[in-house]
Amino acid sequence: MSETELVHVLSGEEIAEIEAEIAHLPDRESAAIDALMIVQKHRGWVSDTSLHAIARLLGMSSDALDSIATFYNLIFRQPVGRHVAMVCDSVSCYVMGADGLGKAIQEYLGIAFGGTTDDDRFTLLPIVCLGACDKAPTMMIDDELIENVTAERLGEIFGRFE
Amino acid sequence: MATINVDGQQYEVKEGQNLLHAVLSQQLNLPYFCWHPAMGSVGACRQCAIIQYADEDDERGRLGMACMTDVVDGMRISIAAPQAADFRESVIEWLMENHPHDCPVCEEGGECHLQDMTVMTGHSVRKYRGTKRTWENQNLGPFIGHEMNRCITCFRCVRYYRDYAGGTDLSAFGSRSRMYFGRSEDGPLESEFSGNLVEVCPTGVFTDKPFATHYTRKWDLQSAPSVCPGCAVGCNVFPSERYGVLKRVQNRYHGEVNGYFLCDRGRFGSHFINSDQRIRHAGIRAEDGVFEASGASNAIAEAVKLVTMDAVGIGSPRASFEANFALKKLVGEERFCTGLGDNEAMLIELALSIQREGGARTPSLTDVEAADAILILGEDVLNTAPRIALAVRQAVRAEAFTMAQEAGIPGWQDAGVRGHAQQALSPLFIASVATTRIDDVASATWGGAPQDIARVGAAIAHGIDPTYAAADVELSAAGIDFMHQVIAALGSAKRPLIVSGTGTGDPDVLRAAANVAWALKAKGSDPALLLSPLEANSYGVALLGGGLSMSDALDAMTGGSAAIVMENDLYRRGDAQRVSAACSESKMLVLDILENETAEHATVLLPASTYAECTGTYVNYETRAQRFYQVFEPDDEIRPAWRWISDIADALDSSGAGWANINVLIEECAKATHAALATISPPSDYRVEGGTRIPRQPHRYSGRTAMRAQISVHEPKATVDDETPFNYSMEGQNLGTQDGAAVPFVWSPGWNSNQSVFKFQQEVGGALLGGDPGALLVAPAPDSGDASRATKFQEVPDAFVATEAFLVVPVHAIFGSDELSNASWPIVERMPAPFALLNVADAKRLGVQAGAGISGPGLGASFEVLIDDRIPAGMVGVVHGLPGIRAIAAGRIDLSVDPDFIRRPGGHPDVIARG
Repeated sequence: MSETELVHVLSGEEIAEIEAEIAHLPDRESAAIDALMIVQKHRGWVSDTSLHAIARLLGMSSDALDSIATFYNLIFRQPVGRHVAMVCDSVSCYVMGADGLGKAIQEYLGIAFGGTTDDDRFTLLPIVCLGACDKAPTMMIDDELIENVTAERLGEIFGRFE
Repeated sequence: MATINVDGQQYEVKEGQNLLHAVLSQQLNLPYFCWHPAMGSVGACRQCAIIQYADEDDERGRLGMACMTDVVDGMRISIAAPQAADFRESVIEWLMENHPHDCPVCEEGGECHLQDMTVMTGHSVRKYRGTKRTWENQNLGPFIGHEMNRCITCFRCVRYYRDYAGGTDLSAFGSRSRMYFGRSEDGPLESEFSGNLVEVCPTGVFTDKPFATHYTRKWDLQSAPSVCPGCAVGCNVFPSERYGVLKRVQNRYHGEVNGYFLCDRGRFGSHFINSDQRIRHAGIRAEDGVFEASGASNAIAEAVKLVTMDAVGIGSPRASFEANFALKKLVGEERFCTGLGDNEAMLIELALSIQREGGARTPSLTDVEAADAILILGEDVLNTAPRIALAVRQAVRAEAFTMAQEAGIPGWQDAGVRGHAQQALSPLFIASVATTRIDDVASATWGGAPQDIARVGAAIAHGIDPTYAAADVELSAAGIDFMHQVIAALGSAKRPLIVSGTGTGDPDVLRAAANVAWALKAKGSDPALLLSPLEANSYGVALLGGGLSMSDALDAMTGGSAAIVMENDLYRRGDAQRVSAACSESKMLVLDILENETAEHATVLLPASTYAECTGTYVNYETRAQRFYQVFEPDDEIRPAWRWISDIADALDSSGAGWANINVLIEECAKATHAALATISPPSDYRVEGGTRIPRQPHRYSGRTAMRAQISVHEPKATVDDETPFNYSMEGQNLGTQDGAAVPFVWSPGWNSNQSVFKFQQEVGGALLGGDPGALLVAPAPDSGDASRATKFQEVPDAFVATEAFLVVPVHAIFGSDELSNASWPIVERMPAPFALLNVADAKRLGVQAGAGISGPGLGASFEVLIDDRIPAGMVGVVHGLPGIRAIAAGRIDLSVDPDFIRRPGGHPDVIARG
């Protein structure tokens, strides 16, 4: 693919949003994280092709951009389900039974951490502190923080996400 | 200076350094990983922990990282304190959690900085019993092997590759225990300096891949101090041998020339020594044209007959000064030709006359790195003299260091300096025929024909000092803009540098470069002027000089004179038809290393030694004469060219005797030419402390009997070396205190890796203990004054006018344009197919696209079209020197499309044909 074709892997909307971020910054490379987030917002994850396209758009090497992308747990470089469920495994939640809860969730969804359900509905990941220790154990599905999670509530919680 | 107290001892150290740098400069042992003398500190690995005390009464102190601590006068620290020592051991223990126990099968084993530091910290028992993380490795191309499991996450590789060498295709991926250092996908590392990763990596993640194919432990390698034959920079190298095979080349530190780093042509370009194209036996062509190995004495007898037939002697810019001297002596001044092509010889004479004129410093690479504004005029240094390009990349950071200083950030605080400076770079301007691979750090670039580059140069000189000829210089708007930027930047610089060379083949470019430098001198700054020729001993053979030009020599040969052609493929020097006529009319004695087109015409053929198989001198772009020593004895009938000539001289009654050994030759050579040649390295009777010689082999060299037991179980006597202060054995001492030219390898107790080099330096990053070797042969004449210089070159060439016919301009390839390294198999794998650069409009006019083939009269073959963004319309940049490509004359030619062209991958044509 030529340089122009590569950039046009991205949609006009994505490019416009990325350019809007670049406008606030001293140089194009500085928009790397924002650009990754924007593309992920639209596509759910950042494929190699998207990565190359973003790198060209920002005028940096794919290697440098991938080094940023892989540093962050929440930039997904592999396809994920329609919803991403992240279960806190930090100290407060651990004390409040996150370990057992994690097992229960894996059993409930029938996948291990890092996996995606066969119907592509959920991807399950561990995450560090969500900042709601007083309501531990906690988890987050997409952008929604869920507090005081118990094994009994799993049906109700996951049932809300189609 | 500052006085610091380390474990109760007082030391005088330089201020402005970090503590790690300072204590290592005192030859103290303190473990480290992420710090590198050329790359500063980032404090990432936590290995160099020390205890720093607040004052004399402080008994407890606090733990600190030496590499991140400023030297302060009167400070008191401890390396030995148990808290610091325990901490350092713990750091190793945690690094070792994931490090595999594969030292016995690891290429780094025995010269591994991680092994050394592990032993130094005393971490001798592993407690960790868990699983180690494992990685898949990448294929990084023919130069570098990859084994990520060994990584200890010190970040040196990406700091070197990205920050220091400007590479973009190696990165750190992931975070915490999942760090991965590699490319985003498999593929050859693109940087021309990737080989330094082998020495930068403190363990076995990045290893020398060609070396691994015929591996030998460091302690089993025989080495000697040597000089790279790859270009005119003259980087100091350690070639290493075992079983008669050149195993690898590593960097030999020189404080003024190459410092810690080599280019990939230098590191991987010496495997031609093991090539199956080597000429190994003396031979004579019989009446029927069949070539037969004849034995040395018959060949010499036959050679003597040729010499008496009024022979001309053709030397070579890739042969040693001494070999050229010997040949010149044999045939006489009037019958000797330097072996340089006519144009190159003229350019080199001009460059040398400019250096003799004075007015501008001739910079070492250390001086290049210290420049605060640079103009590169015409020369594509990355491809002609690559190590200069790496030095230029460091020079553009001058601005970053100035900004850091103003902000109170010490220069060694690498992350701080880079973070503060962001994209700020010192001025670098590149006027070139085509795009270059250092454009990314240039303030501005400008493309033009060589004569237009000369015109811009003239305009810049005139703009700096109006006494310099401006003539009727008319420039394009882009040219004028470029000119004004350069004038402003160079004019306000304290240490401006002008870089040019013989690469474009145009003398006006050299004259313009000289004028710019001299104009700056007249304005009161301290300019440096770097004029690089193309080959390892171009300046050496030119300084020696000869009575015949290449044309004269070819004419004499065509007229029936016999010829002695030494280490020179004439098809690379002159017009192919002329060379063919000369070679077929003349009876030739050819002394050479590899089979080539000239050697095919030889009546008598004698096998010559490579630089690793003989002792001699190369003269680099600074006119620095540097001695290289024989590393090992060649097999078969291979001998140094000068020794063949000596034997021929001995056999001739009239010419007088030859030379008993290289010392005798060097002495005679020094007397007749430059006295410095006798003093740039110690003589054969030089001895180190205790009256011993210096060993070529480390003291653990093993298997002296076993390595040839399949031939005989009786160990032969080690060869007695009456030519050098070295032994072909492990007997003797290599303490580093000897003459700096006589260090055959670096090793120090506890420091088995190349990091031991600091034990051989006066201070970290400074001169060698015994002095940096070499001496400049050309000293500027007494200052002739600004006024005289201003009138030296007043002609300004006419502007280039594009016509239907294309102007042929040579372009160069780091992997392929050098005659010897392009027979080195790892280099062959990175060699481009023969290519020609065209402007996009011209390509359209010819109806070709990138990848199509074009040919033309005088090109001799079809070339693959590459579109270049900078090359002006009306010009074609034709790659110089690839295998099978003969010398291409400058001039204008008609290009035509080759409809039958089949695009082939790069590499040697024969290899492709077989493949």
